[in-house]
Amino acid sequence: MIDTPVLERVLGQALRGGGEFAEIFAEDRTSASAVLDDGRVEELSSGRERGAGVRVISGETTGYAHTADLSEVGLLRAAEAAAAVARSGGDERTVPADPRLSPRGGTDDRMAVSLSKADTLELLRRADEAARSTGGAVSQVQAGCGASRRQVLVANSDGLLAADDQYRTRFSVSCVAVGDSGLQTGFETAARTVGADLFDDVSVDDLARTAAERALSKLSARPAPSGEVAVVLAGGSGGILFHEACGHGLEADHIVKEASVYAGRIGELVASPLVTLVDDGTVGAEWGTFAIDDEGRPAQRNVLIEDGILTDYLWDYLRARKEGRTPSGNGRRQSYQHLPMVRMTNTFLLPGNDDADEIVAQTQHGVYVAKLGGGQVNTTTGDFVFGTTEAYLIENGRITEPLRDANLIGNGPEILTRIDAVGADFAMTPGTCGKDGQSVPVGCGQATLRLTGVTIGGTAE
Amino acid sequence: MHGAGERLIELAERVAGWAKAGEDVEVYVARGEDTEIRAYGGEVESLTSATSAGIGIRVVVDHRLGFAWAGSLDEELLGTTLEAARDNARFATPDEHVRLPEPDQVPAVPVGRWDEGLASVDTASKVDLVLALEAQARGADPRVRQVSSADYGDGSVEVALASTRGIRSSHRRTSGFVSVGVIAGEGDASQTGSGFSVGQGMGDLDPDRATADAVQRAVRMLGAVKGPSGRATVVFDRRAVTTLLAAVSAALSGEAVSKGRSFFAGRIGEDVGSPLVTLIDDPTDARAYGASAYDAEGLACRRNVLVQRGMLQGFLYDTIAGARAGVASSGAAVRGGYAGTPSPGCRALVLAPGPEGLDEAGVLAAVGDGVFVQSMTGVHSGVNPISGDFSVGAEGLMIRDGTLAEPVREITVASTLQRMLRALHVVGADVEWLPGIAAGQTIAIGDMQVSGV
Repeated sequence: MIDTPVLERVLGQALRGGGEFAEIFAEDRTSASAVLDDGRVEELSSGRERGAGVRVISGETTGYAHTADLSEVGLLRAAEAAAAVARSGGDERTVPADPRLSPRGGTDDRMAVSLSKADTLELLRRADEAARSTGGAVSQVQAGCGASRRQVLVANSDGLLAADDQYRTRFSVSCVAVGDSGLQTGFETAARTVGADLFDDVSVDDLARTAAERALSKLSARPAPSGEVAVVLAGGSGGILFHEACGHGLEADHIVKEASVYAGRIGELVASPLVTLVDDGTVGAEWGTFAIDDEGRPAQRNVLIEDGILTDYLWDYLRARKEGRTPSGNGRRQSYQHLPMVRMTNTFLLPGNDDADEIVAQTQHGVYVAKLGGGQVNTTTGDFVFGTTEAYLIENGRITEPLRDANLIGNGPEILTRIDAVGADFAMTPGTCGKDGQSVPVGCGQATLRLTGVTIGGTAE
Repeated sequence: MHGAGERLIELAERVAGWAKAGEDVEVYVARGEDTEIRAYGGEVESLTSATSAGIGIRVVVDHRLGFAWAGSLDEELLGTTLEAARDNARFATPDEHVRLPEPDQVPAVPVGRWDEGLASVDTASKVDLVLALEAQARGADPRVRQVSSADYGDGSVEVALASTRGIRSSHRRTSGFVSVGVIAGEGDASQTGSGFSVGQGMGDLDPDRATADAVQRAVRMLGAVKGPSGRATVVFDRRAVTTLLAAVSAALSGEAVSKGRSFFAGRIGEDVGSPLVTLIDDPTDARAYGASAYDAEGLACRRNVLVQRGMLQGFLYDTIAGARAGVASSGAAVRGGYAGTPSPGCRALVLAPGPEGLDEAGVLAAVGDGVFVQSMTGVHSGVNPISGDFSVGAEGLMIRDGTLAEPVREITVASTLQRMLRALHVVGADVEWLPGIAAGQTIAIGDMQVSGV
């Protein structure tokens, strides 16, 4: 994307003001999407975005400037703007960009093959038909397919030079069903860090039927209970519980500002001994997988909680540097227009030994959550919410009636101690994580598990 | 970059001029500059400065629409973007309603949100402002343990739109904000609060107010316990109401209605709320954060009455959604910048102020007993504008004898949007134009399910 001598000159310019560290992050992203809605192919869209951001760190201050102009002149101008934060002038420095840390681009040729527009539309039509044929009450179907290729290049004044070529493909179906009780919705998505290969593993017909069934089942749903209940989360129902209940609270930026309930608690028991929580950017082709993070560090596996004991936090370059340790491959950004920060990748609970069906059978009364929606957390207090999009009552150890959507609310450190069973089944789901206005793709995973008491916000008294 | 001296509207017209026979082309171009500064611990933690520009092109051929965009105005990308849009159009389903807007003779109201002075403010003054904000928040109350964020931001953006159907519009705006987040503590307990101030430029900003709001919200939550469960009247503060109205607005989109994705579908002329519900989207009101002379298709923005004294009057339309419903565009197209296509949406939705002229204290007094919600979480996952199901996490204070009492946290409040509109029984007159697509004032909604212990 940018020649090495140019990178060296731009890094040199960035440090001219006296900064201690400089970095160039360049990105070239192409994307394509198609939407079939209301029975029509309504929108095919193609996008192209390329540019670079220059970061300069001087003392406690970070300067950042980005530009869509990848010429040497444009990059030098960004370097100058980013360097303006450095307080004292420094000597001219030569910055060799030594490719000693250059992980392989994360793709092979096969993954690079993207779907043709005609093939994409065929998949969308199939999904539409499959959803509509699931039941006569399905009144509306929207199917969408999006694919992107993101080439990134990172060079910094420590001599790091790394590149990655990231492919992502996502297919989703959302349905509306209509009945006496009004409208209900169902949604399902599949997303992986591959190109057209996504459809080797994923049947769009199955995906569409799942979304349709989800909407249909809720037509006869009763209001969710209100108050504290036992909750069984199905394996792969979202995994967002851990993402919200502790993942965000383990991000080092919250830790160093003491804006997390988990600050200063390394080595302490923070969860049930059944909990071993891992964040791993290297897992297969999951949605949060990459070869290098957006600071050029290789993705890695980080164990955060082991048998209930807090073992580590997640680190980006800036916070790791402050603490004198190595980053954990968790420095990510939405695009070249954003500063990197500490982010999760694929966050999951390791499976346990319990039988998933037994967990339900041994629950007298409670709520079974088959699919979770989004969530949100206040890392300082630990209070978090997550929403259900498919849930049922459990009565006398059996899954019975469907429930309308509701949010569950809990406090991270409290909820983590209330996990009393973890199944041996396991599945990951893709999601989008928002933080400080930046969105990045993440994976979440968990086996079937039971929470002994969590507050559910339904409308039933 | 594109030719020096070429104005943005000229660039849009030039690219639209590349349309082939039988083809309609709409070109949307935007260019902006932004500065963001974050302070922490008495120093500048980060300073970001940026310029950005982009183009979004819609092509309509034989009632088929294609779209493409680029995050750059490089000459080389202008042509390839048009080509991509053109190619995308070949694959769309022909639909007689698909068309580009025609000029509709509605005059634009020149609501200028432009601060001429912003461009001449130097970075040092902005740095001083945000450092002062951080220091002020840190010293505002002995219980403030940490200032988790103190930010200043400003930006200017210029947008131009031209099409082969004779649309030609351009407008520009500046904006500025400060925001601050604090952590207050007492013993083992910590609580957070945030405050902000927005305006057209630096001169409009009120850091004192942002700080006071953040500190009050954090400090009054200290000692909060999980609240009780039961049916209660819930008072939502102004910021929460902005969020609620934005959720309701999704169901007022003419596109959602025609596609059967709104609980309001088929209900025009019916009562959908209490007589206190009058909802108007008026981007021509210069006080609104989302005020704009033109919509995202280059038509004049206008005042649209959506609900009047509880009765549903109409929906918001862009050109295509309007055609599908057999009506003209209501000048309500919005889009998420150059990378998005237009769709109908609110810019400045406001609930008419209540007749008694009540402020927050007045609403609390009128309610007597209930729960005051100062902030909500999980709105994205918990509010469904299609089914109307509503269930969100909340924190706030109990209302006893008409005033705020002890703080409660880790509760949910639930109902349906349909029932909430009917159960709206007190509306304050303390309307504030907050950032976003809706204004907010204090309101009370009866018979909500509150879940705690």
